[in-house]
Amino acid sequence: MTADRGPVSAAEDGEARFSTWTGKTRGWALRRLPPDKLLPEGQPSYVSSWIYVFGMGAVAAFVYILGSGAVLALNGPTWFHVSGLGRFINSTHLWSVELFFMFMVIHLWGKFWMAAWRGGRALTWITGMLAFVVSIVTAFTGYLLQTNFDSQWIAFQAKDALNAVGVGAWFNVADLGQILMWHITLLPLAVAVVVALHVVLVRMHGVVPPLEAATSDAQLRSAAPIPAVDGEDMK
Amino acid sequence: MTKAPVSVSWRARNDIASRPWPGTTREYDLFKELAVGLVVVALLVLGLSAVFSSPDEPTVTLKSWALTDPADFVATATTELGGTSGTAGYGPPYNSTPDATQKLGPIDLQSLSGVRLPIDTANDFVIGPLQTLPTPPGAIDEWTKASDTQRASWTMAYGDALSKAPDNDPAKVPPGDYGPVPALAGALLAMAQQGTLDPVLSARGSFYNTDYKASILFLGDGGYFHGLADAQHLTGDQWGMMNETGNYPGQSWLWLFSALYQVEPFKSSPNADVLVVLSMVILTLLLTLVPFIPGLRSLPRRIPVHRLIWRDYYKRR
Repeated sequence: MTADRGPVSAAEDGEARFSTWTGKTRGWALRRLPPDKLLPEGQPSYVSSWIYVFGMGAVAAFVYILGSGAVLALNGPTWFHVSGLGRFINSTHLWSVELFFMFMVIHLWGKFWMAAWRGGRALTWITGMLAFVVSIVTAFTGYLLQTNFDSQWIAFQAKDALNAVGVGAWFNVADLGQILMWHITLLPLAVAVVVALHVVLVRMHGVVPPLEAATSDAQLRSAAPIPAVDGEDMK
Repeated sequence: MTKAPVSVSWRARNDIASRPWPGTTREYDLFKELAVGLVVVALLVLGLSAVFSSPDEPTVTLKSWALTDPADFVATATTELGGTSGTAGYGPPYNSTPDATQKLGPIDLQSLSGVRLPIDTANDFVIGPLQTLPTPPGAIDEWTKASDTQRASWTMAYGDALSKAPDNDPAKVPPGDYGPVPALAGALLAMAQQGTLDPVLSARGSFYNTDYKASILFLGDGGYFHGLADAQHLTGDQWGMMNETGNYPGQSWLWLFSALYQVEPFKSSPNADVLVVLSMVILTLLLTLVPFIPGLRSLPRRIPVHRLIWRDYYKRR
């Protein structure tokens, strides 16, 4: 009887079966991303290049962008003009952004030359690109918030591209209040969500193997034979 | 025997790229990597901040403009009155000037919003602010009672006279039929030089305001603002979009956006902005969707940078 059965039961193969929405969601998440895949202690032997540190470097820089940005937000956009500490925090915000973009661009091009979208990783690539694009918009709104000559000039210049495509009427680059809200709430949240999704996808699919990896490779020799791939999609 | 080309497909199949790695592994501590990354990036950020600080070029104000370059200020105020300034002829979202919008063939995206942020340059930049003075100049009456034709005639005559005067100095303009225009422009100059125009133009009759478009558009209609930007290598033809004041790195990630403005057909097109934005949207989509684009997705196979990235793996094959 259903009433006598708990929300979790075991099937013949021993795998847990869930009957509630919550349990089913947990089951799906555990199947897609079991703990040892989410937080592994090892990586394939080919994960051995400096190129692999730049993704993590971008995440580290993002942490400092959020931290320095939070201090600037708490004190208001004009604080750094009149405070030595404010100027220093503003400097850390600027340089962490510069490093963030430098790391992200190196990471992006590294992944391009690795054709890292292979083997069902297209969404990982797309979320990475999305993170890059949303970060560009976020940085742009930050430049508009400097409340100095640079932000005045950027507001004057940038309006033309936005107005030309019909966006400027709603995304008014000269409206400090509007841009402030975009910069300190919506856009950082968007970057954080997309980056988190990207990282989860990387963990789900694992790091893409070398382009020319073959079953005859010394590092794969102990593995079970893998059927030869067909010739489609070789373009 | 011909070796089959390496697959660069995005599809998950029963191949090495799609299956969990069955080969040898190495210890790799993600959290340790993150911790080391945080320390290294912190040192870099703190070091760069301590050594280079950050740029902070003070704002230009209407007061500083009026005091430093009064001739340019008066000439600009005259164009605002006459409706011949850049803002007056801009089109949506500021006004409905005919044939002012940028178009993509028959597509006019700029007009879609309509006049959502209305700016009437004569009233918003000149007459309105002057009316907030304790004693508004009497010239306002003469201006408001005149016909559009008369106003256009006065401002055109005064604008011409200013451009021909030595140093464009309003004091050296010969007598002419300028109506109330010299008095209005002169009164606005005095107001700006006293520092009372800045808050009036920003607040626009309210106590609270965060929208600085009126001040920025007025500044942008003059030559002084552009001169300052030019000196800071910020103008479009100086790749200014990716530059920063002083010798600091700016938004270098906008290099391609900025580069398109430097080349034909964008450079001389009256629709440059819409063409550049569209091109950037297409290029960004191409890069985003590269896994699905035959040919483009094969570039990593044809140009084997991956041999360098995975040289250790390939060495031990």
